[in-house]
Amino acid sequence: MGIRLSNISKSYKKVKAVQNISFNVQPGELFGLIGPDGAGKTTIFRILTTLLFPDEGSASVAGFDVVRDYKAIRKSVGYMPGRFSLYQDLTVEENLTFFATIFGTTIEENYDLIEDIYVQIEPFKDRRAGKLSGGMKQKLALSCALIHKPKVLFLDEPTTGVDPVSRKEFWEMLKRLQKKEITILVSTPYMDEAALCDRIALIQDGEILEIDAPEAIVKKFPKTIYNVGANNMYKLIQTLQNYEHLYSVFPFGEFVHYTDKRDSIETADLKLYLENEGLTDISIGVTQPNIEDVFMELAK
Amino acid sequence: MKRFIGFIKKEFYHIFRDKRSLFILFGMPIAQILLFGFAITNEINNVQITILDHSKDATTEEIINKISASKYFTTNQMIAREADIETAFKKGKIKAALNFEKDFSRNLIREQKATIQIITDATDPNTANSITNYINAILQNYLQDKNKGIQIDYQIVPQTRMVYNPELKSVFMFVPGVMTIILMLVSAMMTSISITREKELGTMEILLVSPLKPFQVIIGKVVPYIFLSVINAAVIVLLSIFIFKMPVQGSLFLLGAESVLFIITSLALGILISTIAETQQAAMMISLMGLMLPVILLSGFIFPISSMPAPLQIISSIIPAKWFIIIIKGIMLKGVGMAFIWKETLILIGMTVLFIGLSVKKYKIRLE
Amino acid sequence: MKKENVIVAEALTKAFGDFKAVNAISFEVKKGEIFGFLGANGAGKTTAMKMLIGISKPSSGNAKVAGFDVYNQTESIKKNIGYMSQKFTLYDDLTVKENITFFGGIYGLSRAKIREKRAQLVSELGLEGISNKLVGSLPLGWKQKLSFSVSLLHEPKIVFLDEPTGGVDPITRRQFWEMIYKAADQGTTIFVTTHYMDEAEYCERVSIVVEGRIEALDTPKKLKEQFKVDSMNDVFLKLARNIE
Repeated sequence: MGIRLSNISKSYKKVKAVQNISFNVQPGELFGLIGPDGAGKTTIFRILTTLLFPDEGSASVAGFDVVRDYKAIRKSVGYMPGRFSLYQDLTVEENLTFFATIFGTTIEENYDLIEDIYVQIEPFKDRRAGKLSGGMKQKLALSCALIHKPKVLFLDEPTTGVDPVSRKEFWEMLKRLQKKEITILVSTPYMDEAALCDRIALIQDGEILEIDAPEAIVKKFPKTIYNVGANNMYKLIQTLQNYEHLYSVFPFGEFVHYTDKRDSIETADLKLYLENEGLTDISIGVTQPNIEDVFMELAK
Repeated sequence: MKRFIGFIKKEFYHIFRDKRSLFILFGMPIAQILLFGFAITNEINNVQITILDHSKDATTEEIINKISASKYFTTNQMIAREADIETAFKKGKIKAALNFEKDFSRNLIREQKATIQIITDATDPNTANSITNYINAILQNYLQDKNKGIQIDYQIVPQTRMVYNPELKSVFMFVPGVMTIILMLVSAMMTSISITREKELGTMEILLVSPLKPFQVIIGKVVPYIFLSVINAAVIVLLSIFIFKMPVQGSLFLLGAESVLFIITSLALGILISTIAETQQAAMMISLMGLMLPVILLSGFIFPISSMPAPLQIISSIIPAKWFIIIIKGIMLKGVGMAFIWKETLILIGMTVLFIGLSVKKYKIRLE
Repeated sequence: MKKENVIVAEALTKAFGDFKAVNAISFEVKKGEIFGFLGANGAGKTTAMKMLIGISKPSSGNAKVAGFDVYNQTESIKKNIGYMSQKFTLYDDLTVKENITFFGGIYGLSRAKIREKRAQLVSELGLEGISNKLVGSLPLGWKQKLSFSVSLLHEPKIVFLDEPTGGVDPITRRQFWEMIYKAADQGTTIFVTTHYMDEAEYCERVSIVVEGRIEALDTPKKLKEQFKVDSMNDVFLKLARNIE
């Protein structure tokens, strides 16, 4: 009764948007599609919300086929598209009332479901949606997507362009919704949000790189990662790129993540090499891989 | 039904909150009708003419007085030399000049023939033509008065009578045209823009992924504009009746019913445009270029269709506005009833059915 | 070695009526520094940047950019800065070459200089095979790298980057930052405005703007130490909570 995709492919003219995508989302699961812009996330959402036909493969949502039973799906899912898609010239309350009405329900009927989200924006219910802050818009959009008590919730990049505080609150809301037995498929380009999902699919260029629980994905990373810092970032990267044992080097904030071709190394050797090349303030330490490390390793 | 009413309510919110569009919606008809009625006109009124009178006798004085007395001309200048005529024209002060020959009276009596030269500024040919005709008419009139009682055999005196618009008031010609343009524009452009706006904002995606049926969305978009267009049509008719004293000869009810029919035709066209256009801008361009221009140029609003070359006449027949203009001119100016315009009405109904059919066929229940 | 300041802002303010979009911000940016200007959408970042690049007049306060005054030397400022935003920089319907030529032209580069720069840029970015393709057909990552390079064409003293790497895949994003490090290493000052907190981790110093004011300004490392957290995201969360 969750979501099932098998061998879904879709092209626009000559461009392949997604290729041979298969995954299942269990009922009540919070599943994340993690990938950069243009990876095909929105295409997957549009196929599942019956807005696009797949070229190949089949998919079902809440037990209904996305092509044949599109009417049934449209009645039973909530969808929050990537862009803010509410009426900017309508007030908060008018937007919510409108979406309740077209789904044949009322705000009162399902108020318990949206209550803890809606109370945060209720003080502004007479304000036009276009005048809300990013975080409030997103809460309103979520309320509108939930107002008809959907079985499955599709959230396409809900946290893009939203400030960190609102992002955090948003994920807390999703966790609470999950307890109300709503299946949630969410997409995001932020790798750090992956850890908040039950399971994730890493996706790039229309293909799935990996599907698993976030902790399990991180555990599969084959190499030891060294956090290396020095006085000059540009020189540090250049120098490491010329190192004979280099496997990969990527800047990560104030440090770089370095992996070696060899299974075990002496950090002192590396330090010596860097010092000889004229770098100072060198620090080297082992660090845990994160989803981004895994993503880059898989996408290589 | 509740869903549908909720949808219409939302549409009215959009319309009434967009103050600028609302202003254009209701300001435009008033502005256009006043503009066409007062400013753009073929009528001759107080045209400045100058007179060069070589005779200065009783007859010329009589004629000059007659011309001055008419409301069409003002003769404020008398000049002495032929060369001054050109100067006056160049200064742009006058539109016409009259040149009476020497011994005008004597020639008229002795030889039954006297010459008067009418010189007009033909940079504006329509006006020049009208001026000549008006002056000719005054001269004819004068001669008839003079010749009263004198028997001349076999003289043909043509008598023209303009029917349906006896005073040749151009505003009567423009009202049907302006009404057509405005109804077309409000209905077609506004609906197509309002549907494409949903596409552009992404709200169409949400509407599609909802139990709302496509026809509910379309009809919901259309209903508010039927309402607004009817108000617009009423405003135009009232303005023409009360400000321009335009008589509506035929049945007001028939006029209303035909207007509603044309509004629905235009709305259907608007929906059709919105199925093609992806953005509001595209919808606007298609409405303006695809509807406005043909309506102005080819519907017979400004240029008579009968004087167009054959290919253009054929094209003009596929423009709904042409048929509507025939209908309302008939009702307003000729006072005809259904018996005379059933053919045009049927054509409009046929076009409407075609547009709706095409739109339903082209309306996408998905994004592709 | 004490480096010169290329941006100096003193109590820079922009008010719209009663509302102060930017409220008396002061900071300095040194030559060759990568300076992050962080804040949520609507915090006043864009307004502040518009004043610095000379397209919006401050209500009060002072600022000098590349040594020029933001009140009356805006034309000189514009000649000395580059600008790149995530949303727009290149024309999708022009080819790679045409874009480079066009932007070189509007910055007044000589034809010979444009030709030289164009060849250099195409080879550095590895665009040899596709320099006659429309920019619109390139992947997002390439577009961004290209538009950054284009913003450096006239060798500006300062480059303003507006959310340069939002939504880009992790590898491209790092290649992009390597380009930024390189430019900074060669003496170009980089001014990054962003609401992506992880983008802030890459800057040498960051200022966090909340409701028009700079609420914190330091290196990411020191900010993290000060707030006892291990990411800039958490720094922002704590800061926002403290302000509430």
